[in-house]
Amino acid sequence: MALSNETIQNQLIEKFGDQVLNFSTASGILSFESSKEINLKVLQYLYEEPSLAFTFLTDLCGVNYPDNIGAELVVVYHLHNFSENIRLRYSISTSINETAVFTASKLFESANWMERETYDFFGINFIGHPNLKRILNVDEMDYFPLRKEYPLEDQTRIDKDDEMFGRG
Amino acid sequence: MEHQTNIILPKGSIEKTTTTLNIGPTHPATHGVFQNIMEVDGERVVSTEQTVGYIHRAFEKLAERRPLYQITPITDRLNYCSSPINNMGWHITCERFLKLELPKRVDYLRVIIMELARISDHLICNSIVGVDTGAYTGFLYVMQYRELIYEIYEEVCGSRLTTNIGRIGGFERNFTNTAFTKLEKFLDEYPKVLREFENLFARNRIFMERTQGTGGISAERAMNYGFTGPNLRAAGVDYDVRVQQPYSSYQDFDFKVPVGTTGDNYDRFLVRNAEMYESISIIKQAYQKIQNFKGAEAEVYHADVPEYYLPKKEDVYTKMEALIWHFKIIMGEIELPKGQIYSAVEGGNGELGFYLISDGGRTPFRLHFRRPCFIYYQAFEELIKGGMLSDAVVTLSSLNLIAGELDA
Repeated sequence: MALSNETIQNQLIEKFGDQVLNFSTASGILSFESSKEINLKVLQYLYEEPSLAFTFLTDLCGVNYPDNIGAELVVVYHLHNFSENIRLRYSISTSINETAVFTASKLFESANWMERETYDFFGINFIGHPNLKRILNVDEMDYFPLRKEYPLEDQTRIDKDDEMFGRG
Repeated sequence: MEHQTNIILPKGSIEKTTTTLNIGPTHPATHGVFQNIMEVDGERVVSTEQTVGYIHRAFEKLAERRPLYQITPITDRLNYCSSPINNMGWHITCERFLKLELPKRVDYLRVIIMELARISDHLICNSIVGVDTGAYTGFLYVMQYRELIYEIYEEVCGSRLTTNIGRIGGFERNFTNTAFTKLEKFLDEYPKVLREFENLFARNRIFMERTQGTGGISAERAMNYGFTGPNLRAAGVDYDVRVQQPYSSYQDFDFKVPVGTTGDNYDRFLVRNAEMYESISIIKQAYQKIQNFKGAEAEVYHADVPEYYLPKKEDVYTKMEALIWHFKIIMGEIELPKGQIYSAVEGGNGELGFYLISDGGRTPFRLHFRRPCFIYYQAFEELIKGGMLSDAVVTLSSLNLIAGELDA
């Protein structure tokens, strides 16, 4: 039986009811969301249910939407079912003040570093992670650089002393 | 001499039976900036902790302020052994996102360049595995043939290592006859050399004993660790993005996906080696298909997408409108549609993914690179635990870790 986006959607709705929401299909990949409390249940169901078998975590990353008050930070999981060759995008959101999210590293070893990276850049606190510390940035850093509140330097700024940078 | 009483040894330092060994951040055995803090018992590795991030350059943050074309040079610096694949992977992501249709000839030209890049990538990796097992000759020998590949890049785009090759919609210019002559020269000379290279290693007793049974991983664990590319295929999973989700008309080509069984260093070597033969075959098929184009079709090297494809250089230098248009594209004064896309290509090391979120602005709202190296490097401890220290070095190089891709 070929797995299609509709059957995945129906199976998820059957299992989780209205806890899974906002289904949409963008460039062929089915996306959906759920509350952050059930992320492990959803991932485990997708992993263990034989008809779904999303056993490969392709990608895990964070996104910061500063305008979504109460859901500023988003964790996006890209899952892949190799035998049916179908991808799935699943996201959960969390408030920037309360960033605790359950870790998926018990289910997928690959989530270990990807979650550390997400913590490093967005400050999402993965509960139960075996070694949640910064990975790409220095340990002493005290902010989360990919959050939108830290803009890149404006390249047209004029208040900088150019002589210090060898362009005087 | 007075008896020294002021030496205070750290607590537990005498009782400790293992040695802590720092390999890296820069060390001849690591081929890049990796640090491994290893606990070794004699020559056995008890545990290791990998430290990464020494050349982290904040590409994802930079990309949030850059229009599409300014992101291409960033992608060069991911896996710099096969930067054309990264460039084209990014351009393909943009094309899929903007829903552009490409002419077949462009796809085939891209396939040629991408497969050349794959060969140069695998060539480095395999010959470096040779260096780490004590055979330097192969490495020096094949460098000549990587040079031929770089000359083809140079002829097509003007640069060699960080290529910045291609445009959204195609190539910056048509392939010259020199480029095709160089390609023919490569196709003519390289297979023999590859066969020689293979003969040096594949049945070499020293090489086999050094690599067989070291750094192995099962298919289940490899999948759980997020392995892709040759490393996953060496473990026996026939996942290849070129086959599973064809891009750039890979469905038009006939090629095999080599797989291994044990996922050890030897299988990784053999898989990469076999893939190079497949790449040669793909290049030959693509070259044949290109020669089959007739008339105006045989001159097509880009899609007709003036919104994203730069105007001709002659026009830019002589006409006001073209100059303005050139700047509009380069400075990114074109709004992107809203939406998000995940698009992947088969990079030298595995699935190189681009997750692009656009909020309708001129630059990506968020761009995430799925870097295969970064994801599979976390399995390093499991691969080398209990083995010899010298096998750990071979494992490190046979994983084909590229610091640029690891750290983004």
